Amino acid sequence: MNLFEQLNSEIVVNLSYIFAAMLFIFGLKMLGSPETARRGNLVSSSGMLLAVVVTLLDQSIVDFSFILIGVCIGSLIGFIAATKVKMTSMPEMVALFNGFGGIASLLVGSAEYLVGFDPNSAFLIAIYLTILIGGVTFSGSLIAWGKLSETISGKPLLYKGQQIVNGLILGVIVLAGLEMVFFQGLFTDNQFQILAIICFLAFTLGVLFVIPIGGADMPVVIALLNSFSGLAACAAGFVILNNVLIVSGALVGASGLILTNIMCKAMNRSLANVLFSGFGAVTDTSSTEKVDQGEVRPVNTADAYLILEAATSVLIVPGYGMAVAQAQHSVRELGELLEANGTEVKYAIHPVAGRMPGHMNVLLAEANVSYDVLVEPDDVNPIMETVDVCMVIGANDVVNPDAKENEGSPIYGMPIIEVDRAKTVFVLKRSMASGFAGIQNPLFFKSNTRMLFGDAKESVSSLVTEFKS
Amino acid sequence: METQITLLFFVLVLSIFLGFELISKVPSTLHTPLMSGANAISGITLVGALLASGSGFVSQPLTVLLGTAAVTFATINVVGGYLVTNRMLSMFKKKETE
Repeated sequence: MNLFEQLNSEIVVNLSYIFAAMLFIFGLKMLGSPETARRGNLVSSSGMLLAVVVTLLDQSIVDFSFILIGVCIGSLIGFIAATKVKMTSMPEMVALFNGFGGIASLLVGSAEYLVGFDPNSAFLIAIYLTILIGGVTFSGSLIAWGKLSETISGKPLLYKGQQIVNGLILGVIVLAGLEMVFFQGLFTDNQFQILAIICFLAFTLGVLFVIPIGGADMPVVIALLNSFSGLAACAAGFVILNNVLIVSGALVGASGLILTNIMCKAMNRSLANVLFSGFGAVTDTSSTEKVDQGEVRPVNTADAYLILEAATSVLIVPGYGMAVAQAQHSVRELGELLEANGTEVKYAIHPVAGRMPGHMNVLLAEANVSYDVLVEPDDVNPIMETVDVCMVIGANDVVNPDAKENEGSPIYGMPIIEVDRAKTVFVLKRSMASGFAGIQNPLFFKSNTRMLFGDAKESVSSLVTEFKS
Repeated sequence: METQITLLFFVLVLSIFLGFELISKVPSTLHTPLMSGANAISGITLVGALLASGSGFVSQPLTVLLGTAAVTFATINVVGGYLVTNRMLSMFKKKETE
């Protein structure tokens, strides 16, 4: 191949990369509206296909056998995982995929470090960042996956001197980076050693970063790890000097950061507070010194049915408990029966309900609930007085009136769905045990609240039976 | 080299701003598909993995092994990410107009 042809093919490759980046941008744009989202995903995936095909034409690829092995194994696992996963397990799945993106970037960075050794500091900084971010994403995601699937305890894990340990690790990480990039052989000449040390430190940092965070704060963690997986790809783009990696990595990084910010706002907490406070671990003490808040008023399904039957508007507020009880299909059935009865039914979804951003929306969509009856807290709070019945299904902290009334409460200031202002509130709950964060909920003791004890799915199903009979 | 890095930085900064503009108006209904769709895009690191994995086992055994592992993980991310996003989005339906 002569020089002219080579230049030509390089131009074709780069133009294709630009086109792939454009497809990603359009795809993301189209993901912003339910009507176009599915096509947007297709557009974005065709961008990926283009980028991959063009890369395979690269002159430096001399052997396709290993690529084929990797692609086959990866496609098979990806296909099985994506088609078999239950919608309720989606948070774990997204966490795991984030981690895989991170480790892939780490491996790319490591491979480049070991071959193309080049004492250029920009190159080395890029490699260092790729390995660091990729490693934190990987181990952090594995811990998040463990917490979400309850392989390990979802409780925040705190110990004395945590800040000091984290500070020390950070210090060592900075030192290792300086050694890798600038000293280049002050402590060790061995590239493998320095690479292994940085990988180890990155993995440790990822574990330490997620382990103190409780299950209820997972929406923030997943969004943040999502952002990291993009940033790792972006850093890898600086290693192999490739535009399309930088553009797509930055897009993912930015989108993850926006989601993180939305989640934090929905809890009225700063990112630092979510990451470092170990929310929920300290409140165990306050729940033991319970104050008597009055009596709860239980209700049975027969009475609940009579009230629902007479209602003209019903607002359903789902939470993580609905996912645990797998009650979404029964809830949809009840919603349809209510509508057939002439009742207006809406679903109010708090941004942090569940274990990842948009968790409840996906579950209800799976159960065939149309997305235009799903509303946000800001839409329903102003008209809450006109709602006849609010059904709180497995939600707790997002409807806790303490967030508005009790300045001493750990969740004071968090925007909530103000169900206590509705005419009647049904709370479907297993027992009176306090919620995940261990915070007492005065909603249960209000005069307009009726507790419907038992498994959410069974309670809703028996309401459905009442309606049918 | 230096000018190339500067140019890439320029691209980076513009992409971040573009990302913020693109995503800031996504309704909360679509947060999960957005996240898993974006996650699939971050599998673009596959491009780098392919180059490492195909560099020839005889001359660069370690690079090829690391690269192949990277190809596997990145492919899981890409294939799984796009498929599961599609599966979720196919469930989002609007009620027929009454």
